[in-house]
Amino acid sequence: MSFKKPINHHPKLETNKLGLTRRDYEGAVSTLCAGCGHDSISAAIIESCFKLNIEAYKVAKLSGIGCSSKAPAYFLEQSHGFNSVHGRMPSVATGANCANRDLMYLGVSGDGDSASIGLGQFVHAIRRQVDMVYFVENNGTYGLTKGQFSATNDLESKNKYGEDNLFKPIDLATMAIQLGATYVARSFSGDRDQLIPLIMGAMQHKGFALLDIISPCVTFNNHDSSTKSYDYIRDHNEAVGKTDFVPLGEEISTSYKEGSSTEISLHDGSKLALEKTDANFDPRDAGKALNFIREKEKEGKVLTGLLYINDLAKDLNETLNVTQTPLSQLQQDVLCPGSKILDEINQSLS
Amino acid sequence: MEDKKYLYKRNNIWWVKVAVPKSQRDKFGYDLRQTTGKSDLNEARSVRNHIVESLKSKFSETEKYVPLPSTKFMEKTNIDNPQYFHKVVDCQYACPAHTNVPEYIRLIAQKKYTDAYMLNWESNVFPGILGRVCDRPCEPACRRGRTHEKSVAICRLKRVTYDYKDDVEKYIPQSPKVKNGKRIALIGAGPASLTVARDLLPLGYECTIFEKDHKAGGLMRTNIPSFRLPADVLDEEIYRIINMGAELKLNSYIEKLKPVIDDYDSVFIGTGAPKGKDLKLKGREISSENIHIGIDWLTSIAFEHVKKIGKKVIVIGGGNTAMDCCRSALRLGATDVKVTVRSPFSQMKASEWEIEETMEEGIPILDNTSPKEFLFDDKGKLYGMKFEKMQQVEADGRKKMQSTGEEITIECDDVLLAIGQENAFPWIEKNIGIEFGEWEMPVVDKLTMQSTHPKVFFGGDSAWGPENIIWAVSHGHQAAISIDNFCSGVSLKDRPAPVTNLVSQKMGIHEWSYDNDVSQEKRISVPHEELSKSLKNLKTEVELGFDEELALEEAQRCLNCDMQTVFEDDLCIECDACVDICPTDCINFVDNDVEEKVRDKLRVPALNLDQSLYVSGKLKTGRRMVKDEDMCVHCGLCAERCPTGAWDIKRNAYKESHTLTNKIKAKEVA
Repeated sequence: MSFKKPINHHPKLETNKLGLTRRDYEGAVSTLCAGCGHDSISAAIIESCFKLNIEAYKVAKLSGIGCSSKAPAYFLEQSHGFNSVHGRMPSVATGANCANRDLMYLGVSGDGDSASIGLGQFVHAIRRQVDMVYFVENNGTYGLTKGQFSATNDLESKNKYGEDNLFKPIDLATMAIQLGATYVARSFSGDRDQLIPLIMGAMQHKGFALLDIISPCVTFNNHDSSTKSYDYIRDHNEAVGKTDFVPLGEEISTSYKEGSSTEISLHDGSKLALEKTDANFDPRDAGKALNFIREKEKEGKVLTGLLYINDLAKDLNETLNVTQTPLSQLQQDVLCPGSKILDEINQSLS
Repeated sequence: MEDKKYLYKRNNIWWVKVAVPKSQRDKFGYDLRQTTGKSDLNEARSVRNHIVESLKSKFSETEKYVPLPSTKFMEKTNIDNPQYFHKVVDCQYACPAHTNVPEYIRLIAQKKYTDAYMLNWESNVFPGILGRVCDRPCEPACRRGRTHEKSVAICRLKRVTYDYKDDVEKYIPQSPKVKNGKRIALIGAGPASLTVARDLLPLGYECTIFEKDHKAGGLMRTNIPSFRLPADVLDEEIYRIINMGAELKLNSYIEKLKPVIDDYDSVFIGTGAPKGKDLKLKGREISSENIHIGIDWLTSIAFEHVKKIGKKVIVIGGGNTAMDCCRSALRLGATDVKVTVRSPFSQMKASEWEIEETMEEGIPILDNTSPKEFLFDDKGKLYGMKFEKMQQVEADGRKKMQSTGEEITIECDDVLLAIGQENAFPWIEKNIGIEFGEWEMPVVDKLTMQSTHPKVFFGGDSAWGPENIIWAVSHGHQAAISIDNFCSGVSLKDRPAPVTNLVSQKMGIHEWSYDNDVSQEKRISVPHEELSKSLKNLKTEVELGFDEELALEEAQRCLNCDMQTVFEDDLCIECDACVDICPTDCINFVDNDVEEKVRDKLRVPALNLDQSLYVSGKLKTGRRMVKDEDMCVHCGLCAERCPTGAWDIKRNAYKESHTLTNKIKAKEVA
């Protein structure tokens, strides 16, 4: 028995503007448990990159430690990658981001990596507005160490062995809105129709984009008393509306009910079209968004979709006025101003 | 003018002809003629009107009950229907004898050649013969032709089972000592009759085979040259059946059928299509010395009556017989052999590989060349033929051949005519209850092979005209079932169901009992004897067959289409793992709709309408799992990556029932 995915693809498989098929964006075959939500997210990332005609060599995948952090091996085989120390992915991303503004940064992390050991790092990456897509593949459990509770596990959610959870969860999405993240969405690995436009929007967004994706752990947290199981999320999922990603130069083709549609322009000229289900909700108003999330939480719902967006904020590199040229490409004559300038500086000090 | 065409006389009887529209023929048959007994046009008209009216009312009845397909949502696929998974195994489904191809290819890979041979023998009876000269309907059907470039060399692998098997005699069932008292006459010792004998002998039937020639084998012996099919292979597989206990009467031409019918409990006619078509052109009547009917000429070579031919030979015709004729002529000393075909090259009837081999031997094929006249000198000796060049034109949406006006003359010493074969039953009396229909062909039931005389069955080429060996075998199996039913007083419609067995291949975690690696090797071509050697001797076999190493490599190309992906609705948690892992994007979770729309909304639209969609019941989210069977490479990764075992890989062993399997089963139950 071979576990290699055969190289054959469907002869009629669609190609994108680069002449590539979806299969060209794949990575190694996953070694995660069969049915892991993380694999669905990898597939959604593959689909998004395919649809956005992204060239793999212009992407850097960064991760820490955990099941989620293994995932970058399973997509975009030809991209750059850095697998860092536990919880330290945001620092590496920050550095890389300043060193080369040309790449797109995909940080892949989990609830353990971001809400526990790396919480301090997570917070500061948002505070500094690092231009990246930050995926939290959130399953509420430490799958790699046999299913202990993680910091995002809901209070009422027991573990696989029936033990109670004693502590309240951290909600990374509301935290990110409060800290000033400029693109915050929550989604579910099992709802690809919702997830893919959100990932595409995040990839085209300039600034820190957080995707808190509930991703069931089939081995340790997919039981009846779990609040992060496939069944629970399907029963309690409430979307803020339907999000469509509209690429640059294309018109919105879906028709919406009058008054319910919101159009949000992204940095590169592409658009997100949002059909809201509730008039009280506005993703461009952080206060309203937070209230709405809390309301739904009280109702026992898991609110998903694009929760908050601000496309006007400055990112880290703009704030620091970092050079547009990647550091690796800066030549000696640019980096060293020469003795004449040095003399001028010295004289100005005397 | 009065239309009298539907009133006609045949065999001294007046008939009224009523043809059924093409679209309705599956349901109502081809032709609903009735006899009026006399040549009365008025009566004929009223009979005809009556038939037409009753037929029309049947049309509307059936239409009423069939809802329009475009408004009906898809239903859950019934995988309990043995034909569903059978159809997924493209090669087995395409084979008239439904040989389990993937299974014997796996056995070859395991070097179990004897087992592989017996598996073939059970369904197609002549693995050694068919492994060389089968028409191979399986190969164009092979899934690999869709997922990769070329199909698996199924036929060549079949030959491997013959070439490398051990002694199989101990596995061959014998006729029991105590017979069941029924005597069956089989007329013609070709593949159809031999198959019937093989199926009936172990049940205790006494089978007598009548053959007009002095050797058994029928057209397999007389019309296939020995450089393609050596005589020892033929003898071995024919006598394997005769030795089971059949009585073979050689040199026994049946001149009258009636006495045979009276003498036996049942009669099977497998006399082939033995009459080669003649070409009645200008000059044909002058002399026939150097103009030969292809199949008769091949027969004369097979029986060594003909040992040479002129230097320059023209072969007329584009079928397999033409290919055999020109290659035989080359081996009998001709130096300049040409084949002329009336149609364009691309529409030649001969099998692709036979055309290839012909051309490899340096024989030119002149297409769009239609014969016009035989040319003779003053002494009445043939010296050439006149042809006219043709072109294909399209008129009224149909392709038609039209003369370009250009004429060419080709010199020759001999002409071989290979323009088709016909059935001929001069020995069947006209008034014994065997009805003949259009083209003087017997009226034979498509399912039971029974003629209009209940005791008489037809099969092979004699039933519906020239086909090929594998069809004759298939007819033989069906006729044997019918004869067995007939002699046991069971309704002929009561036929044994196919035997299927669907077994999970899971052996443990990450452990499946088959090799799922998809080989990327190109199709391996079979080694040939050097031309300098093979052209010298008529009996030197051209194809050498695969050796064990090549056979293994070719066997690895098989995609194991019998390893079925089986989906259990209740277990699915819709995690999409199967969707993501499927290399060919077969698996989808979509909302139900009418078939056309479902096909359209899959990740890769399912445009190959010949291939089924596997549709689950309603899942928790209301969606359905829809798998397009078209491009599945049976890698099993969907089952491997399924967390709940909703997908399983099950081996589907499908076997058509023969009389033999039926009786063995009955015995087991008892």
